[in-house]
Amino acid sequence: MKPLSAYIDGIGLLGPGLANWPEGRDVLTGGRAFEPAATQIPPPTLLPPAERRRTGRVVNLALAVGLEATQQGAANVASLRAVFASSGGDGDNCHAICETLASVDRQLSPTRFHNSVHNVTAGYWSIATRDTEAASVVSAHDASFAAGLLEALAQLAAEPTDMLCIAYDVDYPSPLREKRPIPAPFGVALLLRPERTARSLSQISVSIGSGAAQAVARPDLEGLRRSIPAARSLPMLELIARGQAGNVALEYLQPLQLTVKVVPCP
Amino acid sequence: MRPLALSRLTATSCLGTGLAATLDALQSQRGGLAPCRFETAKLDTCVGEVPGLGDEPLPSGFAPFESRNNRLAWLGLRQDGFVEAVARSAARFGPRRIGVFLGTSTSGMLETEIAYQHRNPQSGALPAEFNYAGSHNCYSVAAFTREALGLEGPAAVISTACSSSAKVFGAAQRMMAAGIIDAAVVGGVDSLCLTTLYGFHSLQLTSRLPCRPFDAARDGISIGEAAAFALLEPVAPAESHLGIGLFGFGESSDAYHLSSPHPEGQGARAAMQRALKSAAIDPAAVDYINLHGTGTISNDIAESLAVEAVFGRDIACSSTKGATGHALGAAGALEAVICALALKHGFLPGGLNLQVLDPACRVRYLAHNCPAIVQYAVSNSFGFGGTNCSLIFGLLD
Repeated sequence: MKPLSAYIDGIGLLGPGLANWPEGRDVLTGGRAFEPAATQIPPPTLLPPAERRRTGRVVNLALAVGLEATQQGAANVASLRAVFASSGGDGDNCHAICETLASVDRQLSPTRFHNSVHNVTAGYWSIATRDTEAASVVSAHDASFAAGLLEALAQLAAEPTDMLCIAYDVDYPSPLREKRPIPAPFGVALLLRPERTARSLSQISVSIGSGAAQAVARPDLEGLRRSIPAARSLPMLELIARGQAGNVALEYLQPLQLTVKVVPCP
Repeated sequence: MRPLALSRLTATSCLGTGLAATLDALQSQRGGLAPCRFETAKLDTCVGEVPGLGDEPLPSGFAPFESRNNRLAWLGLRQDGFVEAVARSAARFGPRRIGVFLGTSTSGMLETEIAYQHRNPQSGALPAEFNYAGSHNCYSVAAFTREALGLEGPAAVISTACSSSAKVFGAAQRMMAAGIIDAAVVGGVDSLCLTTLYGFHSLQLTSRLPCRPFDAARDGISIGEAAAFALLEPVAPAESHLGIGLFGFGESSDAYHLSSPHPEGQGARAAMQRALKSAAIDPAAVDYINLHGTGTISNDIAESLAVEAVFGRDIACSSTKGATGHALGAAGALEAVICALALKHGFLPGGLNLQVLDPACRVRYLAHNCPAIVQYAVSNSFGFGGTNCSLIFGLLD
């Protein structure tokens, strides 16, 4: 296959001890110590006030990183195709539904139910930005980031206009947490463009390879990469942060991995 | 887009197991909805249940994938020579060059609901046998299908509520056009669970009677379940395919409300227009629309306004959900197969349970089957979150 290429014009990042892309970039370049701390998810100020109280952490996380990436890239959010990628969506909401259904009175709240769809993030994003373009929402368990990136690049190849790719995961509450031990919320958003602009950070060219996925060079971040599907993006973000050219193998579905060639745009 | 061949198709729902049973039910206008006796649900509603799913096997060695959803997937995959057709495609292109893109909304949610009924009274822990990745996780049905078919290519679940398994056709087409894969297994699998039964009930969107799409007295949906699959391949010599192709698709977002469609069907309209554009055909070339037609008051009126705006009032259309129920994340693929059957067998399926057409729905809604030569058929799928997808299927030369 011919590699699928795009320019990354904006990055949103939010994770434990990673408050945004500028901070995350400094951690990834080694200019700043990684100090693990609870992920601070801001309230969804993009949404109309009436909708804000209905959203959970997963929506707030996706909106926050999406907003950071699109602001950095000065994207027109009202006409932006988007791909959302998440292993399991809203675990808090899922837990609450299962508790209610296991109780004597099974009355679910309508908001709980409509928030249970995997595309709840895409729905609120489109409402917040009045974006009527197509949005897709994919899951591939631990390979969700690579699956989302591949889907976004295939869409970009089909129609060369701006694309937003948002990957996010939140930790489950107990008892699902013991079955799926995601330690903390982590989100990353990439604003992808078909052509280079003054805002372009790096060009990526993606193809499908095989073999083992690469670790993060910073060993203290490797734990995040291994335990949170969206953080499987970190080896690529590390190259971009350092302004380095190189190839990196991201975790995808066995026996495949995603080979990403990164070329910085100085 | 360049049309793609549907080399092999199969569908399993409350209408029956496999294409022959599905076609027979459609041609005799027989529905599969019945009062809900599912699991421990105590709700006054009808459902489209696939009988005997609790006892259906998985292939040996696939115990970690045990779940109603994956049992339904395997039952579906074993029909109509589908497994064998995929094996031939894998031999031709290589197992890494065949993608698997499936839609589901609830995946193995039922097993999680049951696990929550059996938590350890002291610790609150879920039973040891509960397998998160194999049943609950959104991706599990694509993981299962990929492994069970011996494929090693790109895969994903698309989960956008009730448009999920329509959107997979677009995702696969793009991957094929980009040269990432040569062929793809697409489809949808969604199975009954308490979350959707009680959830739609909480929104007062379930009907007590078998659902009545486009009827003046319609009052909600009947939930169904289904597994439907298509093998998408480049158009090759005619003897190797069924003569039916995917000609176009269009997607949009309402950007309006999480659980109500845009009242004038703006997003639905955009999806249909984009599908026509991608197929490069005029609205007048379309002979039949398989409507999303859920039977809720708001969906059917919004959809009829959108259809009228794009196709005018004379376009023949119907919803087959009066027969199958609303298979949610599997509805797009199930109705894609129904469109393919209409094309191949030359008939337009009437919508069941219609007594009086809602006078506000100004479209030519078919209450009865009629014979017709169908060149192009459109299938609409819309969902919570304001997600819309329209597909166009047609006869290949």
